[in-house]
Amino acid sequence: MFSNAFDAVIPVICLALAGLVVMLAEAFRGKGERMPLGGLALIGLVGAAAASVLLWNRNATSFGVMTADNFSIFVNLVIIMVGILTVAISSQTVERDGLPAGEYYAMLLFAIVGMMLMAQATDLLLIFLALETMSIAVYILTGFRRDQVQSTEGAFKYFLLGAFASSFFLYGVAFIYGVTGSTGLDRVGSVIAAQSMSGNVMILLGVGLMLVGFAFKIAAVPFHMWSPDAYEGAPAVVTGFMSTGVKAAAIAAFARVFLSALEPMITDWAPIIWGMAAATMVVGTVVGVAQTSLKRMLAYSSIAHGGYLLLGIIAGSDVGKAAILYYLAAYAVTNLGAFGIIALLGTRARANDDLRDYAGLAQSHPGVAALMTFFLLSLGGFPPTAGFIAKWYVFSAAVGAGYYGLAVIGVLSSVVSVFFYLRVVVMMYMSERDARPVPAPVAGVALAGLALSLAGVLYLGILPARVLDWAQASVSTIF
Amino acid sequence: MTGLPMLSLAILLPVIGAILLLFVRNTDGAKDGLIRNLTLAVSLATFAVTLALWAGFDSAPAGESFQFMERHPWIPAFGIEYFLGIDGLSLMLIVLTGFLTPIALLTSWDSIGSRVKEFSIFMLVLEAAMIGVFCALDLFLFYVFWDILLIPMYFLIGIWGYDQRVYAAVKFILYTLAGSVLMLVAIIGLSWMHFAATGQYSFNVLELYALDIPFNVQYWFFLAFALAFAIKVPLFPFHTWLPDAHVQAPTPGSVILAGVLLKMGGYGLIRFAFPLFPEAGAYFAPVIAMLSVVAIIYGALVAMVQPDMKKLVAYSSVSHMGFVVLGITTLNVQGIQGASFQMLAHGVSTGGLFALVGMMSDRRHTRLISEYGGIKAVMPKLTAAFLVITLASVGLPGMNGFVGEFLIMLGAFQWDARYAVGAGLGVILSAVYMLWMFQRLFYGPVTNDHNKHLPDLSFREWAVIGPLAAMAIVMGVFPNVFLKPMGPAVDRIVERVIAHQPASARTDSDEFRRGGPAAAHLPAFDSPRPPVTTSVRTAGGY
Repeated sequence: MFSNAFDAVIPVICLALAGLVVMLAEAFRGKGERMPLGGLALIGLVGAAAASVLLWNRNATSFGVMTADNFSIFVNLVIIMVGILTVAISSQTVERDGLPAGEYYAMLLFAIVGMMLMAQATDLLLIFLALETMSIAVYILTGFRRDQVQSTEGAFKYFLLGAFASSFFLYGVAFIYGVTGSTGLDRVGSVIAAQSMSGNVMILLGVGLMLVGFAFKIAAVPFHMWSPDAYEGAPAVVTGFMSTGVKAAAIAAFARVFLSALEPMITDWAPIIWGMAAATMVVGTVVGVAQTSLKRMLAYSSIAHGGYLLLGIIAGSDVGKAAILYYLAAYAVTNLGAFGIIALLGTRARANDDLRDYAGLAQSHPGVAALMTFFLLSLGGFPPTAGFIAKWYVFSAAVGAGYYGLAVIGVLSSVVSVFFYLRVVVMMYMSERDARPVPAPVAGVALAGLALSLAGVLYLGILPARVLDWAQASVSTIF
Repeated sequence: MTGLPMLSLAILLPVIGAILLLFVRNTDGAKDGLIRNLTLAVSLATFAVTLALWAGFDSAPAGESFQFMERHPWIPAFGIEYFLGIDGLSLMLIVLTGFLTPIALLTSWDSIGSRVKEFSIFMLVLEAAMIGVFCALDLFLFYVFWDILLIPMYFLIGIWGYDQRVYAAVKFILYTLAGSVLMLVAIIGLSWMHFAATGQYSFNVLELYALDIPFNVQYWFFLAFALAFAIKVPLFPFHTWLPDAHVQAPTPGSVILAGVLLKMGGYGLIRFAFPLFPEAGAYFAPVIAMLSVVAIIYGALVAMVQPDMKKLVAYSSVSHMGFVVLGITTLNVQGIQGASFQMLAHGVSTGGLFALVGMMSDRRHTRLISEYGGIKAVMPKLTAAFLVITLASVGLPGMNGFVGEFLIMLGAFQWDARYAVGAGLGVILSAVYMLWMFQRLFYGPVTNDHNKHLPDLSFREWAVIGPLAAMAIVMGVFPNVFLKPMGPAVDRIVERVIAHQPASARTDSDEFRRGGPAAAHLPAFDSPRPPVTTSVRTAGGY
């Protein structure tokens, strides 16, 4: 049936259409006319969410290269949530910074299209295309503040290195195609399993090159160099979007490729990911301690969180996969909340992301300071927040697979990370405000977005059972 | 027993109070009577609930091991439950929490002068988490409460503390966290072991007790648990956070920190570390006992030379909590009974000392002993109260400090007399530093002009110190009231640890560890003393 063939793509189509509509609207917008472009984007996102929910448990596939299994639906919903929160928080900053709203929301939507394609793709080539769709949109978003040197510099670095990484990935795909004769994940997997190719140099090369591509996108050490600069340069909302959405999409594709097609070779790649995970967690936190810019600090924290996610992959079990999904959801609400606050406290001229800018925030913005505290505690993994349950879940996966060493490295690095998260709290609650101007109040849709984030953080932290069950149901049907 | 979920009520009442406070406007600035009174009322209501728990508690030895149990699935996929229940040990510590929180709040009237609303919220959240720690029977839930508790304490120290407060607050939270995350790994490991053995995850302590864990695993898991608790107690050499945190914390923070938080370490050792890993526990007991004797003597010696009253009391806590750990490591009934009692006694007397020191520094804004002298002539009532608490702290017979220390030394003597000798030295030293401080503060002529016209205890301050002093005496005169509920709990824990020892170690001395044939509880007071044998535990070579 024609209609069935399209089932798995419907959520993506919703968003692509929304993106086109936003662009068109922008084109026909009179000078000075205000249009609810953010609202249009929201409509698209809600439509995609509805379509995704309707596809739950149906295991639809399209064209042999896309699937809408529960795993991808879960990831899609996380990404859509990221999109909704980003749009909500952007409502206050786009206007303030004088960004071209049409292009901004369109790029946001196209990036989300790429992310969702990435989560749904079951063919290496489609993964590459999705990766590029997502990346190009995100490069643009990073450099959106053309008037700022930092923004341009960050975008340029990100673009150059990202292009490299993408080509590494493509090169890896070529090797795998050369050996197995296919780019479809199931075919690749069955060929590898049937011919026990675990020692084959060509396939190892292919795996290694693809690993570089994925590691770059999730900013795993040693492929993380771009992220502090890009994160610092990008507008803070975009940084939040990148650090959660891009990471979610990349890790979903990473998990799908490595835990389905390349699962038979787990003994070959597990030691590499072991080292990568350990280095990522340690470097992310230790370097994070030395930062004084909040955005940079959260950039390193985001690197460290990529390391925790790798624990789920290396565990290789169903618990590990479900842990990844839960972690993505928890991290998305938390980190977007934190970056949202940074964005909302900035001004057009200054980002206000220095630690000192937060001194005495509890006096001038008690509500915002309390929200920020919750987000930081969640990032640090304190109960009763989402971050705690998520960390417990990935550590549990690692311990269950026998990786006690990694779990210990993980928990200790999370203690170190608490140190720098608390520095912000110290600033907000235990320091007096100096002569700097008090940032503008946060209100309206943006505040609602933050409240939604907080609700997510607390819901996932206090009543995790339901989402956890969904995460488990998402992995049992695939791989 | 009523049908009400009493334990949940005890936890939720402060939480609801804290949420209510969020919506109360802070109209009156620093001296906001409404907020303070509301908070006090909530904490008193919570105290009433804890007393009701005591009243409903069946402390007969044949009674159920855990009472007031509440069990609801929380994360069913991993067998994580909201599982509460108390035995006599937890009951007493919960009552202590309920008792000390209103007292700590009363000390805040003078010492907390800003952001009263936030302060009150943090105090109530802290109380809820403390009660949660003592009644959680699911290790996951326990860990959640254990960690939540750090946050309000961190804020209490960091916002309302003295000049080095931020440093102290961060040190406090990082130290405690570093210990507890390793415990988290061990907890996760336990749940997987349960999965491997039965096909189901479990964090339920009672089910995990039944798990058969190989010694090499016990070795590491015990270390992880013991480290978390040793930092909290704090045991030498993990005590370095404590002087900073205690000294920098505001008076109510110090009262709660010394009064309740340190007890969580001892409680954890008794409830989790030793019964879950009995073989490893017995293996490490001599090492830990050695460290606790070092802590007793070292803490006392360092306390002696402190110029700062608060620091002196802080180091005295290191010394007194060393007794608690020593009592636990004896793994016999007397020792653990003594340790449990000593935890309560220390909570009352050190809480009292911090309150009194706070009252003095509220008046003079200094904590240096050398700034005082001859205060007896100026503030006779405060002096009297201070004397009562001091004597309780040094363990004068008839006061609460005596009972615990005596039982602990009795237990230690049965095990290995050398530990008892070391601990005895600590008792003497504690008299030296406490009485010397008392003498320097209160006797002699008034040398400092600022001290000539200090107001004596106010009515509110009486409300703080009166109950504490009364408790110090009541606990010393009627220790059985407190020992009796804890008796069956301690017996069960000792039984469990002994049952897991290698047969060669199970000599007739086990009879003494169990407290002698006739003594299910109250060993030191009701039963004929067991014949004294030295070094009963040298036999097995574990």
